[in-house]
Amino acid sequence: MGELAITIDGRELTAEKGKTILEICRKNGIHVPTLCYHPRLRVVGKCRVCVVEGEPRLTTACTTPVEREGMVVFTKSKRVLEARRMVVELLLAGGDHNCLFCDSNGRCELQDLAYELKMEQPRFPIDQPAWTIDNSNPMIFRDLNKCVLCGRCVRACNEVQVNNVIDFGYRGHRGKIVTDGDKDYADSTCVFCGECVQVCPTGALMEQKARFGGRPWDAKVVTSTCAYCGIGCSIDLHVVDGKVVKITGTEDGVVNKGSLCAKGRFGYDFIHHEDRLTTPLIRENGSFRKASWDEALGRVPAVWEK
Amino acid sequence: MTNFIDEIYTTDCMFLIGTNTTENHPVISIKMKQAVIHGKAKLIVADPREIDMVGFADIWLRQKPGTDVALINGLMNVIIEERLFAEKYVNERTENVEGLKESVKSYYPEYVEEITGVPRDDIRKAARLYAEARRGSIYYAMGITQHITGTDNVKSLANMAMLCGNVGIQGGGVNPLRGQNNVQGACDLGALPNVYPAYQKVDNKDIRAKFEQAWGVSSLSSRPGLTVTEMIIAAEKGDLKALYIMGENPLVSDPDLNHVKKALENLDFMVVQDIFMTETAKLADVVLPAVSFAEKNGTFTNTERRVQRITKAIEPLKEAHPDWKIISELATKMGYEMAYESAEDIFSEMRTVTPRYAGMSYERIAEEGGLQWPCPAQDHPGTPYLHKGKFVRGKGLFHAVEFIPPAELPDQEFPLLLSTGRVLYHYLAGTLTRKDEGLNFRYPNAYVEMNPSDTFELGIEEEEIVRVSSRRGDINVAVKVTRRSPKGVVFIPFHFIEAPANRLTNPAFDPIAKIPEYKVCAVKVEKIN
Repeated sequence: MGELAITIDGRELTAEKGKTILEICRKNGIHVPTLCYHPRLRVVGKCRVCVVEGEPRLTTACTTPVEREGMVVFTKSKRVLEARRMVVELLLAGGDHNCLFCDSNGRCELQDLAYELKMEQPRFPIDQPAWTIDNSNPMIFRDLNKCVLCGRCVRACNEVQVNNVIDFGYRGHRGKIVTDGDKDYADSTCVFCGECVQVCPTGALMEQKARFGGRPWDAKVVTSTCAYCGIGCSIDLHVVDGKVVKITGTEDGVVNKGSLCAKGRFGYDFIHHEDRLTTPLIRENGSFRKASWDEALGRVPAVWEK
Repeated sequence: MTNFIDEIYTTDCMFLIGTNTTENHPVISIKMKQAVIHGKAKLIVADPREIDMVGFADIWLRQKPGTDVALINGLMNVIIEERLFAEKYVNERTENVEGLKESVKSYYPEYVEEITGVPRDDIRKAARLYAEARRGSIYYAMGITQHITGTDNVKSLANMAMLCGNVGIQGGGVNPLRGQNNVQGACDLGALPNVYPAYQKVDNKDIRAKFEQAWGVSSLSSRPGLTVTEMIIAAEKGDLKALYIMGENPLVSDPDLNHVKKALENLDFMVVQDIFMTETAKLADVVLPAVSFAEKNGTFTNTERRVQRITKAIEPLKEAHPDWKIISELATKMGYEMAYESAEDIFSEMRTVTPRYAGMSYERIAEEGGLQWPCPAQDHPGTPYLHKGKFVRGKGLFHAVEFIPPAELPDQEFPLLLSTGRVLYHYLAGTLTRKDEGLNFRYPNAYVEMNPSDTFELGIEEEEIVRVSSRRGDINVAVKVTRRSPKGVVFIPFHFIEAPANRLTNPAFDPIAKIPEYKVCAVKVEKIN
């Protein structure tokens, strides 16, 4: 692999031949927004949000490799911004993207795009798709009205977890994401690893239990290790007001690289369960009574030393 | 594991035996599935049940439960007969190959087919696939160890790996998938009856002296203690008077529960330290409230020997205390002052007597994404795979292992073979997962998995509640009709207290590892009318 001298936004850079424009930009701290792109997933160049101007045509930064010495790229030219804005305008027009009533408010890549592109009013009339909400289970909440068909969940399910449950269904205007033959999550063969939720850029897929549990900007995120099997997946505990409200896979976790299973991701009710033991207990006349630590621990040595 | 998890991406052939990976080690299974669909690795699955990994396998060996040694000897028989073994490696790096050759000589595929039920040609095909792979790796779990021949099973796998030159190379190895977050760490740090941290034997005088000095005590006991299985026996006999149980629920998880209950009731005194009032805690004299993983600092050592941090995210609930604090306070009350300020204090002290952890610190673990032992010095990067260039003991030793049948096999009175295990949505005794709304939604209750030909014979329908009994007890449980289990074999997950599979299981155990034979016992299934 050779090094090539190229120019991005007027900056002269060296690029490894064959790397994509997006990779070169990220490496050099040049921001190019993305939506269907996810660092752990196969690159598909589907959403066109990462559009850049690359000699002379518009092209997607995530799929276009740098192949030629002297290549000139613009990531923020008028033409680029107009095209990018149009892409996002159309996405916004195709769904019910009402942040006021969305739990992903504050952690939504579509919202970030609209903000970055300084949008104030939607340009096109909004064509509400009116998909039925999938509220079929206590783990994954799906509102396809907020789906932008980026396909990240499809790739996550089929190519990362290799569970082959999620796919694109139907065609054209009726096109949508389906689980198995368009069943809801509960009736599908889904194993609730939640990889789809983790990679979803909008509020289309959410952790059911985390909804209304706290705002993302109020959450303290603590990285730890899953307490179930022996794999040692890195997890992020999202804590709001002293309560664990959500668990996600740590994207750069050494062992799991963001992936988890149903237990690791959703099986945390026990932490704050009402049946937790919170005081020492001593058996007396056949039943337990509360005791101080001092008293309870005091019972032990006497017996042991016998 | 001798090797590290991500070597799944570099191996050419994976041999899975006794591991229902998608359910018990889901995140490892996704790497295996990726390797298969990308055409990077061939997959051999040996399992009596048609587990999900079978759907990704090039060859599926459906051995009868408890016949693993015969199967593996059969594979080695073919490998030797067809001269597929790594001759140079065997000559240079191992010893007693002649003993191995002699012992597997009689296990020709036709004979092994009789014992295991695996077609002779599949044995040949699988042997060739594994032996001819440039890098072949073996993965196993409780399906291999939970037998009276658990140790033999593991030795057989080690034999096969060494025979093909697959130990001490990247993408190879003999890789047990550990079932619990820190079972590796607990063993490494001496939570075993016969060793101090780093497997230093308690009956060695010099080692005892080292620990006496480190801990400022004299006359440490030279006698190994009892294993869990032996404690239950001793309690029943009255030889064991008091028991201190931490984070374990033997009244769901140990074999032959009726017997376990009698044994625990026979104790003079029992302390249980847990986060919930478990079935076991209900029998205790003193119950001490511990904290969940979210409330404490510390380390877990995973299945690939990687020490990783757990980090306190919330404050302990009310008066609950982290385990280290409870133990320190108790020790202090018993006259040995343990004045630690934090879990990290203990980790730092531990490093001084645990050579393979000596180079680790909380700081390094956090910075380097965990460290794999051995990591003997602060400038040591950790060890991704073991036995590189040379076995730890010098030469890899082949063990001649003969097939021994399970302790209890089906007969006229108990005509079905019961195997137990876990399901994806639950964990061990269910103490944590059965309190979870989501997991219970997906998996609310126990079932017995039965082959349609068995249910047909008994006139049993899907979801029907039946009585399953063994020589030790009986349970009522719903039926799931499925070809997943072969004819004559039934499977019951053990997480469910209302239908505890372990009321049925056989407490017979492996003479060396003392692990009970959870995977094989004889039962009968009857309609309830």
